[in-house]
Amino acid sequence: MKASTTDPLDTERIRADFPVLQREIDGTQLVYLDNAATSQTPEPVIDTIAEYYRTYNANVHRGLHQLSQEASVAYEEAHDRVAEFIGASGGREEIVFTKNTTEAMNLVAYAWGLAELGPGDEIVLTQMEHHSSLVTWQQIGKKTGAEVNYIRIDEDGYLDMDHARELITDDTAMVSVAHVSNTLGTVNPVADLADVAHDHGAYIFVDGAQSVPHQPVDVEAIDADFFAFSGHKMCGPTGVGVLYGKRELLESMQPYLYGGSMVRKVTYEETTFEELPWKFEGGTPVISQGIALAAACDYLDEIGLERIQRHEHALAQYAYDRLTEFDDITVYGPPGDDRGGLVSFNLDSVHAHDLSSILNDHAVAIRAGDHCTQPLHDTLGTAASARASFYLYNTREEIDSLIEGIDDARTLFA
Amino acid sequence: MGLGSDMYRQQILDHYKNPRNYGELEDPTFSHTGENPTCGDTIRIDIVLADDEETIERVAFSGDGCAISQASASLLTEQLRGMTLTELHELDRDDVIDMLGVEISPMRVKCAVLAEKVAQDGAKIHTGEFEIDTTQTE
Repeated sequence: MKASTTDPLDTERIRADFPVLQREIDGTQLVYLDNAATSQTPEPVIDTIAEYYRTYNANVHRGLHQLSQEASVAYEEAHDRVAEFIGASGGREEIVFTKNTTEAMNLVAYAWGLAELGPGDEIVLTQMEHHSSLVTWQQIGKKTGAEVNYIRIDEDGYLDMDHARELITDDTAMVSVAHVSNTLGTVNPVADLADVAHDHGAYIFVDGAQSVPHQPVDVEAIDADFFAFSGHKMCGPTGVGVLYGKRELLESMQPYLYGGSMVRKVTYEETTFEELPWKFEGGTPVISQGIALAAACDYLDEIGLERIQRHEHALAQYAYDRLTEFDDITVYGPPGDDRGGLVSFNLDSVHAHDLSSILNDHAVAIRAGDHCTQPLHDTLGTAASARASFYLYNTREEIDSLIEGIDDARTLFA
Repeated sequence: MGLGSDMYRQQILDHYKNPRNYGELEDPTFSHTGENPTCGDTIRIDIVLADDEETIERVAFSGDGCAISQASASLLTEQLRGMTLTELHELDRDDVIDMLGVEISPMRVKCAVLAEKVAQDGAKIHTGEFEIDTTQTE
């Protein structure tokens, strides 16, 4: 029987699904707190990949033999499964498999942006965008002459919505925002931003890389025009990302990658393209990864996204409370009861890279650096920060190990 | 214990907390700055050459960043005094890591070699061998 949405997670049982969590680093049990960078992979997903290569590995769409038929059906149905997972009622036609979130962003920037943007158009981003969105639109702005503006954040790491309403005007063509900040943990009001964008005839692209793995997401409730996320942050494999687009928008766009698979009729002079979503999946696609991503959706749904969200929320709150006990620790972003499952911070006396190296001796894996948000770090007034990010298998005891490691670093550098 | 705390032996912590030759020189013969953009480590090195235009008479560094980058800058300045530019150019990354006296994990080597690269690039710019604004190590 499926657990109720309010039941706490049985982390011990969940951890048994993730072989890598049994690892020791120099004799100490691994504490993996770098989930915003990539999540670990459960047995059912690993098994799905192995089963594909062991029993029905074949190229898709074109072969008429048994293996190709099996692979094609599984690969195509994976699109339907992902559509269902994020509430895209248009099914597979609204789901393009890409390499990652970055490629999904570039697909829209090139296929839509280069064709539609020009001088006088504006692109609105936020100060907390990941480089995947920030660099992509900044460079498309340079190519097209479109102006790029950034919605400010306030001192608690929330978006300044008044500033958003000021920046988004009838000249705005695209609003591209992170759903959850990978650095601050801020959960942005993307449905409200979608309303503002649509009021001015602009499209909104929501970067869901840090939301889809951790909370129920309904792209239609948000009314996102485009939405993207990565498989490897949600218990899936690397090498597969997802672009959701409203059907009529995807239909109106020219392909991004030309080549095999995405064509119907080719002559030396002309080519007609495949239907959605295949016209955006040029070349042999991410077959095993796509099928495994669907298995990851099954795995997460079986446990329940509401329960996972609740669990991570409690961990983030606990980590926030423990870290803010210390006067020499700066925590970035909103209060503990209002953030995604990650906490970025700095210990006054120890550079984040030194801290991460020392934590590694405690077998605690965290991220240290700019987390692909260099301009945001400039805004925060620091070059680097340490980030602990949580997932369904993490425990309070692991956060205690983090705090012990920080104590050790503090003593060493005292 | 793994690489991490081995990296933070007394010498490195001492040079990080009490950097030698820290500051800026008045009228340096040349001065150059470098950074690791992804870490935010920055190092500026000022050098005064003797009248032979070859021997390093005085040296100072300033900057900000992790213990490895700052301690190696401090240690390097102690070595540089009295050294010729030719000898400076002969230094390689192994020399710097030997100077630190600890094993440096692969991801941190760029922190360790930043100061050396800044000094060498600064000297090359001074002698007209090439022209760049900022040194970067990756």
